[in-house]
Amino acid sequence: MKIVVPVKRVVDYNIKPRVKADGSGVETAGVKMSMNPFDEIAVEEAVRLKEKGAATEVVVVSIGVQQAQDTLRTAMAMGADRAILVLAEESPEPLAVAKVLKAIVAKEEPGMVILGKQAIDDDMNATGQMLAGLLGWGQGTFAGKVEVADGSVRVSREIDGGTEEVSLKLPAVITADLRLNEPRYASLPNIMKARKKPLETLNVADLGVDTTRRLTVVSVAEPAQRAAGVKVGSVAELVEKLRNEAKVI
Amino acid sequence: MNETVRESMEFDVVIVGGGPAGLAAAIRLRQLSPETSVCLIEKGSEIGAHIVSGAVIEPRALAELLPDWKERGAPLNTQVTAEEMLYLTETGSLRVPFLDKFMPHMANHGNYIVSLGEVCRWLATQAEELGVEIYPGFAGAEVLIENNRVVGVATGDMGITREGKPGPNYQPGMELRGTYTLFAEGCRGSLTKQVMAHYDLRKGVDPQTYGLGIKEVWEVPAEKHRPGLVQHSFGWPMDDQTYGGAFLYHFGENLVSYGFVVGLDYPNTWLSPFEEMQRLKLHPAFRKHLEGGRRVAYGARALSEGGLQAMPRLTFPGGALIGDSAGFLNVPKIKGTHTAMKSGMLAAEAVVDAMQSQRAEPATFTQRVKESWVWEELRTARNIRPAFARFGAKKGAIYSALDAMIFKGRAPWTLHFKHADNEVLKPATLTAKPNYPKPDGQLTFDRLSSVFLSATNHEEDQPVHLHVKNQALWKTVNWDVFRAPETRYCPAGVYEVVDEAADPKLQINAQNCVHCKTCDIKDPCQNIDWTVPEGAGGPNYPAGM
Ligand SMILES: Cc1cc2nc3c(=O)[nH]c(=O)nc-3n(C[C@H](O)[C@H](O)[C@H](O)COP(=O)(O)OP(=O)(O)OC[C@H]3O[C@@H](n4cnc5c(N)ncnc54)[C@H](O)[C@@H]3O)c2cc1C
Ligand SMILES: Cc1cc2nc3c(=O)[nH]c(=O)nc-3n(C[C@H](O)[C@H](O)[C@H](O)COP(=O)(O)OP(=O)(O)OC[C@H]3O[C@@H](n4cnc5c(N)ncnc54)[C@H](O)[C@@H]3O)c2cc1C
Ligand code: SF4
Repeated sequence: MKIVVPVKRVVDYNIKPRVKADGSGVETAGVKMSMNPFDEIAVEEAVRLKEKGAATEVVVVSIGVQQAQDTLRTAMAMGADRAILVLAEESPEPLAVAKVLKAIVAKEEPGMVILGKQAIDDDMNATGQMLAGLLGWGQGTFAGKVEVADGSVRVSREIDGGTEEVSLKLPAVITADLRLNEPRYASLPNIMKARKKPLETLNVADLGVDTTRRLTVVSVAEPAQRAAGVKVGSVAELVEKLRNEAKVI
Repeated sequence: MNETVRESMEFDVVIVGGGPAGLAAAIRLRQLSPETSVCLIEKGSEIGAHIVSGAVIEPRALAELLPDWKERGAPLNTQVTAEEMLYLTETGSLRVPFLDKFMPHMANHGNYIVSLGEVCRWLATQAEELGVEIYPGFAGAEVLIENNRVVGVATGDMGITREGKPGPNYQPGMELRGTYTLFAEGCRGSLTKQVMAHYDLRKGVDPQTYGLGIKEVWEVPAEKHRPGLVQHSFGWPMDDQTYGGAFLYHFGENLVSYGFVVGLDYPNTWLSPFEEMQRLKLHPAFRKHLEGGRRVAYGARALSEGGLQAMPRLTFPGGALIGDSAGFLNVPKIKGTHTAMKSGMLAAEAVVDAMQSQRAEPATFTQRVKESWVWEELRTARNIRPAFARFGAKKGAIYSALDAMIFKGRAPWTLHFKHADNEVLKPATLTAKPNYPKPDGQLTFDRLSSVFLSATNHEEDQPVHLHVKNQALWKTVNWDVFRAPETRYCPAGVYEVVDEAADPKLQINAQNCVHCKTCDIKDPCQNIDWTVPEGAGGPNYPAGM
């Protein structure tokens, strides 16, 4: 079985994002970018399935700017076999991504697509679900555990207050949650080897997909600053403040 | 550390450190000898992640390395258009007139205000285009020496737990073997230190003296922004025995780079470089530039201030020291980028020469340096910093003006540094505590909110990378005599004293470390050893730094 893993290049999770002065978005010029952490988990899971013999090939795909090839190289250093870069504008919308992925699936015919549950830049949490919808495949979102059996996959889903077990017929779409696994480091020897693994570059137009934006960003703002706390001298003062200033009692 | 077999890879040249020196050397090597395989490692998570600089740079070396740097899109976009040197008193300031006469080294015509991190990222793309293999996120942790020749370095193991055992994600380090190895670790390199000791490279030279630079980047309202303006100051808040000054540069899109450099030969154990840099912003001469803006970045880094007198032997069998690792900074100018780059280029030439003649030591490097403009420049500058160390700030300034005007830097004598920076601290009982104002949250801040802006991150589960060699010594010297100066000089709040009243102990919050190297330099007994943490750990300085 072949597994396709879409990986997104996003602002590194260590970076404190800075909203552009004109409120049109988050500053990305010169900002450190790396693989969306949930996608690292997805890559790790696919590589483990291959190591266990449940999969035969892991293909990683990124849709975005030229520099996304660094992200793909990292995924290959973790163990993916080859990569496809689909050139498009930076951070396309989930529906556009899902459509491109559908075209890639038609080309590659994988038995499974494993995505991250959400990308940490726009937190859409939508691409996996949209892709499953477009393909008409079953979906196991927020996966905390994945077990492949004959022609099907069992997924433990992380839901409020517990887990839900679902069994899906293959082919299927899975989205990775935080506890699915702990991704490995890309070791230096593997990074060196990944430079020689195949990376194919395509254009969105080649795939015949329309990626025109349908969403408009109205404005982006930083969360309001929290007011500084105060120390109260006594219980009486606390009660007084809660009643007269905070007006909660 | 571990017995697992390490993989190894052979290169013609291995370069440790992706700052201006290492990158310029890599580019030069491939230009001169396109067949030479060059591997460069950088401990930061990406090139530029650990670079802190002013920076006003002289494009001289860059123009020699890549004459068409403008066409190639080098990020040198703000030319210096105006400059001021101020002598500060607590509330006032005096402008030094005729700057180019009294302080010719401070004149900046033709120079550019840049983010050195961005320049390094750009240099890295140039190097990669020429075929240099660059691996960020990997720290050189060990020097490989065989038959008294340096044969490369090994990267650190990854995934070692805090207790020092291999964890679930353990990956052994890798040997990067090179016919030649260039150490370009910048100021106070941790491997450079080992190489200097092994080959006794510092024999017969003055002790190296250092400065600590702390820097912030501000975004200011457009109407206040004066791109191209350079302002330097000396005087307040430093006393006469302490060498220090501030810089403020307007550049880029509404950005202002503000920083403060203090000589680490300061004697007062109560001095806090961080708080000095904070309170200086309250001075009218600085406040007026920053008020109404917001702080977007913070970082700190030591710089080598010893100049020629403190420069070690530059080569050894199997390699050379370049850039700030060797101490190529021009101190009165506080510029080290152009000299670092030039030293890297000259070392590359010496390596190619040694490769052709199959010599182990790229010994012509030293001669090449002596015949270049770098030597002339550093010779001219050589007496200024030691004059400050010897005569204090005011007389030192007068000396340097006379030196510039009468001797043009060619005085027939050379002043020397007598003490290493760790030897000059005075006991806590003999020095007065400065009275630092509380942070106001607008212009001035505390350490922790500052470190937050440096986006510093270290994998939690790893051994502490700051080694206190002798715990007992910490109590009897650092605490009893000096009252824990590390809690004040560390710009990242790594060192804390707990249980002060009953049983004082040193707590090390290693995950906050911004890799400035000050503790390795200033600890009174050299009892703190800075070693590389797991690769990719440390600050992630954003664009603008
Ligand atoms: C308090 C809280 C904090 C969280 N913090 C984080 C965090 O920091 N990081 C993180 O990764 N995740 C976080 N999550 C989880 C994250 O918010 C959810 O994973 C995500 O919201 C799921 O989005 P969804 O659009 O798939 O589905 P949902 O949020 O379940 O649904 C979206 C919307 O669809 C509609 N809908 C759903 N079902 C039906 C139905 N049967 N009929 C009609 N309408 C329906 C509802 O209008 C609903 O609001 C948090 C969740 C909570 C509750
Ligand atoms: C506050 C401040 C202001 C300054 N202002 C100016 C200015 O205005 N103009 C100017 O020209 N110069 C200025 N300088 C000096 C200038 O920044 C340095 O001289 C220059 O950066 C030195 O270059 P380098 O390549 O030798 O070292 P660095 O720039 O320090 O680069 C060394 C690199 O090696 C990496 N490294 C270190 N050890 C290892 C290891 N073991 N393994 C892997 N990687 C490692 C580091 O992470 C770093 O990226 C300033 C410096 C400071 C601190
Ligand atoms: S621990 Fe040492 S190297 Fe790290 S930030 Fe503090 S003084 Fe600098």
